[in-house]
Amino acid sequence: MLDNIDWIEIGRATVDTLLMLGGSLALTVLFGVPLGVLLYLSGKGRLAANPVLNAVLSFVVNVLRSVPFIILLIVMLPVTVLLVGTSLGVAGAIPPLVVGAAPFYARLVETALREVDKGVVEATQAMGGSTFQIVTRALLPEAMPGIIAGATVTAIALVSYTAMAGVVGAGGLGDLAIRFGYQRFQTDVMVVTVVLLLLLVQLLQMIGDRLVTAVSHR
Amino acid sequence: MIRLEGVTKRFKSAAGERVALDAIDLSVKPGQVFGVVGRSGAGKSTLIRTINLLERPDAGRVVVDGQNMMDLAPAELRAARRRIGMIFQHFNLLNAKTIAENVAFPLRLEGRSGPEVDRRVADLLERLGLAEHARKHPSQLSGGQKQRVGIARALACEPHVLLCDEATSALDPETTDEILTLLDQLNRDLNLTVVLITHQMEVVRRVCDRVAVLKDGRVVEEGATADVFLHPQHAATRAMLAEGEEAFDASLAPAGGRLARLTFRGSSTYEPELSRVARSVGVDYSILSGRISRIRGEPYGQLVVAFTGGDAEAAVSQLTARGVRVEGLGEAA
Repeated sequence: MLDNIDWIEIGRATVDTLLMLGGSLALTVLFGVPLGVLLYLSGKGRLAANPVLNAVLSFVVNVLRSVPFIILLIVMLPVTVLLVGTSLGVAGAIPPLVVGAAPFYARLVETALREVDKGVVEATQAMGGSTFQIVTRALLPEAMPGIIAGATVTAIALVSYTAMAGVVGAGGLGDLAIRFGYQRFQTDVMVVTVVLLLLLVQLLQMIGDRLVTAVSHR
Repeated sequence: MIRLEGVTKRFKSAAGERVALDAIDLSVKPGQVFGVVGRSGAGKSTLIRTINLLERPDAGRVVVDGQNMMDLAPAELRAARRRIGMIFQHFNLLNAKTIAENVAFPLRLEGRSGPEVDRRVADLLERLGLAEHARKHPSQLSGGQKQRVGIARALACEPHVLLCDEATSALDPETTDEILTLLDQLNRDLNLTVVLITHQMEVVRRVCDRVAVLKDGRVVEEGATADVFLHPQHAATRAMLAEGEEAFDASLAPAGGRLARLTFRGSSTYEPELSRVARSVGVDYSILSGRISRIRGEPYGQLVVAFTGGDAEAAVSQLTARGVRVEGLGEAA
């Protein structure tokens, strides 16, 4: 039944997927959190309200979010080569993944920050907190459950993005599913890769939920 | 201690400009408990926020501890704010932090750490009866306990001034009482200057030395609490005081009776002055409405009576001579 399965190949593809996911998620959080904070702070009535900056950031984020990922992959090719020297493999997949996911995650971070009671910001201000302290000591810790839940949603979106990245030579489970499962009609390969992706998504959701519970004190 | 001079604040909106504070002049002496009352929309919240410049006035001066807050550079303003504690209607505690961490928070913002902070936090929790809750999170506490955490946090940096923004409005009457007793105690023990805003006249009556009545962004009346409560001059003050009070119905008074409002203050409140005078002059009196209570600990009684069947004039002059304030309210029909 599993005649076509090359377990070594599957193992290699799984590792590639995990590397793409780990690398792109780390960078997405690294860029997405500050971008989300800027979107929040520059918003109307916020601490550093700045309509121009807010409009520019919002526009860029919306443009990036509205480009279908498969198109972004192709458009990004020259930039990717410039950044990491190749457009292939795990390294070549990470820049488009981050550019695709960071704006999405930034919006989720912004939403999580907006959920924080304005009174907490005001109280911290009244205690002599600087804007930087308000963000790092009050807003981010208070918004942590939302920020982590957002990271979980983003990680799961990234799993399906990594599968698409397989189309342009990124490798990984998605690549295997397309090349063997789909193009060579090897249904068993398709089933195994899909089951592995499904397990990965379940695992991510479980870890995310646990972390949210651990930091929630409502 | 605190002086507001010509403080004006306008808010712009799509509907146009609205004046929230209109040239407010107020002065609060050290160690005073100063109340600002008014209905919602009168500008109370904006007013208390100008004191620590959470709201920057468009014009005027805000002087706290001899410093004009408006002149301070950002870092100086943050330092000045640490000397002004503030508590809030909805407590505004950090849910992600424990009670002890919440109380330590202003000290951490100041960059302090180590055993000195732990000691200060332990002292404050002890003083406010929160020691057993140190490791809990705010969601595990009742409203009154949360407000006590808010007070502990506000006191962490040893402020000279405490601002209370509707601090008891979200609490039940019993808890309100507990928090007011605490504020009164802190005011006496620490010689803390307290400014509180509220729409609850009862709060002012309990703890305030002085009170200002705010209406449409203007101070319409200001004075010692007892004077303002017993002899309100402005219609807005009277309206707020009349709420929840049974107004006396003049039509029920005995026909031809001379109506008068008598105000007793201090220890004379408990003396049988009215009956002594009635006996000596030979008048009868019916009590139409009345209240005997305390304003910031000072006893007072205020009665509306109708004098009948005798020399009402003589009764009035004798009562006046005995230190009772008498206001004639005319003759009953």
